[in-house]
Amino acid sequence: MLISIVYTILIFSAISGILAFLLVIADLLFANYGECTININNKKELKVKGGSSLLDLLNENKIYLASACGGRGSCGFCKCNVISGGGPLLPTEKPFLNPEETKENMRLACQIKVKEDIKIKIPEDIFNVKKYKAEVKEIVDLTYDIKELTLKLIEPDSIDFKAGQYVQFVAPPYEKSKQAVSRAYSISSSPDNNDHIQLIIRLVPDGICTTYVFEYLKVGDKVDFTGPFGDFFIRDTKADMLFVAGGSGKAPIKSMVEYLFKRNSNRRMVYMFGARVRKDLYYVDYFKEFEKKLPDFTFVPVLSQPTEECEWKGKCGYIPPFFPEYIKDPSKTEAYLCGSPGMIAAVVKGLKENGVPEDKIYYDSFA
Amino acid sequence: MELNAFIIFIAAIFTSNILLTNFLGMCSFLSVSREVESSLGLGLAVFFVLTFTTAINYLVYHFILIPLNIIFLQYIIFIIIIAAFVQLTEMVIERFSPVLYYTLGIFLPLITVNCAILGVSLFMVIRQYDFLQSVLFGAGSGIGWLLAILALAGIRQRVRYNFVPIGLQRAGLSLIITGLMALGFIGFSGIVVIQ
Repeated sequence: MLISIVYTILIFSAISGILAFLLVIADLLFANYGECTININNKKELKVKGGSSLLDLLNENKIYLASACGGRGSCGFCKCNVISGGGPLLPTEKPFLNPEETKENMRLACQIKVKEDIKIKIPEDIFNVKKYKAEVKEIVDLTYDIKELTLKLIEPDSIDFKAGQYVQFVAPPYEKSKQAVSRAYSISSSPDNNDHIQLIIRLVPDGICTTYVFEYLKVGDKVDFTGPFGDFFIRDTKADMLFVAGGSGKAPIKSMVEYLFKRNSNRRMVYMFGARVRKDLYYVDYFKEFEKKLPDFTFVPVLSQPTEECEWKGKCGYIPPFFPEYIKDPSKTEAYLCGSPGMIAAVVKGLKENGVPEDKIYYDSFA
Repeated sequence: MELNAFIIFIAAIFTSNILLTNFLGMCSFLSVSREVESSLGLGLAVFFVLTFTTAINYLVYHFILIPLNIIFLQYIIFIIIIAAFVQLTEMVIERFSPVLYYTLGIFLPLITVNCAILGVSLFMVIRQYDFLQSVLFGAGSGIGWLLAILALAGIRQRVRYNFVPIGLQRAGLSLIITGLMALGFIGFSGIVVIQ
């Protein structure tokens, strides 16, 4: 009896082993596409081993396209322009590309397998993107559901970014999530401090990354992030600036205002911050101070649902109705927005109604 | 009764259609039959895989499983052979014919776990076919499956804009159509019996 069991297991293992061996050989023979080159922006050529996805190969060479899902084709962040050598558009990419992008040959880097020489175009800024290791120096509660993290950079030990850009913060696998996830957060500290960054993170109920930050992350922990990303940064003009933020959206604006303060900018600035009730407000005194420190800066907190007992003396309601009061010359105004998609949509609509040109309204489309 | 291999081939297509008489391979049959074009791709992939895996499984059964006296392992051995074969074919096709890969290759992973494929290998053993009979039975079953899915896709395209009560939409209607087709195929069944 025992002998026949062992005998059966042996034969079964032998057959499986032979098949697995065949597949490994086939993998070497057929799935081996030799050395391919990736030409980036006609500037840089990478020699890589073919057969893997474009996103992975770029990552291996320390070029980090934004990606929130880790290459499973579910976030649609890793779009890049493929000029030649990407093969036909796959059914898995179609849902993430609009007709314009399809026409321009935009593709998802995680879905393209590099099997031949390939030529791609990515924004120049991405060359600047690096993977950082950092230590949590401080965690401060700004409100009941918003925390500010201070991350001291370890490797590399300095970061070069523009005020307003964001990083992808990596939450490692923990009890509530079997795999690492990364989420985008704007940097709230000024680019003048390049040995650390600060992030302002608001708790999303059941959010994988924010729950990690709120319940598991401790001072002294080591974390990873990649960045900087994004084209939400100060345009170097003389136009008036209108900042509009809500919730944790203060982060990039704080970085911008600190940056402008350091350069003693005399541009006219108005910063409108929307929250629901008084306990959602934070950094109020901090920004009020800038009214004295900067030549022409106004801070306007607006509460949409002020509770009676707290006797709110500031503005009440939503932000757009107050635009006429604060926008002097709409055609010479740049608007910088940060907040939830719903808030952004409402603010953009309000700005356009008040005559601010659409191409001067800047915001990040994540969040 | 010793059956002519050619008769088995014809019978597998019409009178004993693997799908319409045995109802094997239903899942992909129902899910990929929305359009004629994609069902043609899937049907061809099934035909191809059925023909080859039946041949390979015949050889494995008669030259490995019987001599080693481990016939009871046939289910699991057949499954891993089908899986390995599909994987291998996918790699080869992806390498050498991108056109074929996008029309047929993307369906290959879908049919690794198609019960019609395993079913044909098992029938081959139960009915004690010889090698030629087995291969033709596999090929015939593949063509029969292709025929059935093409017919269903054609009908589904035809009735797409017809009024169908909510409870019967999609799978419900497809199952009724399949049942009617199976009834139609029963009409052939008196001609040859192979089981």
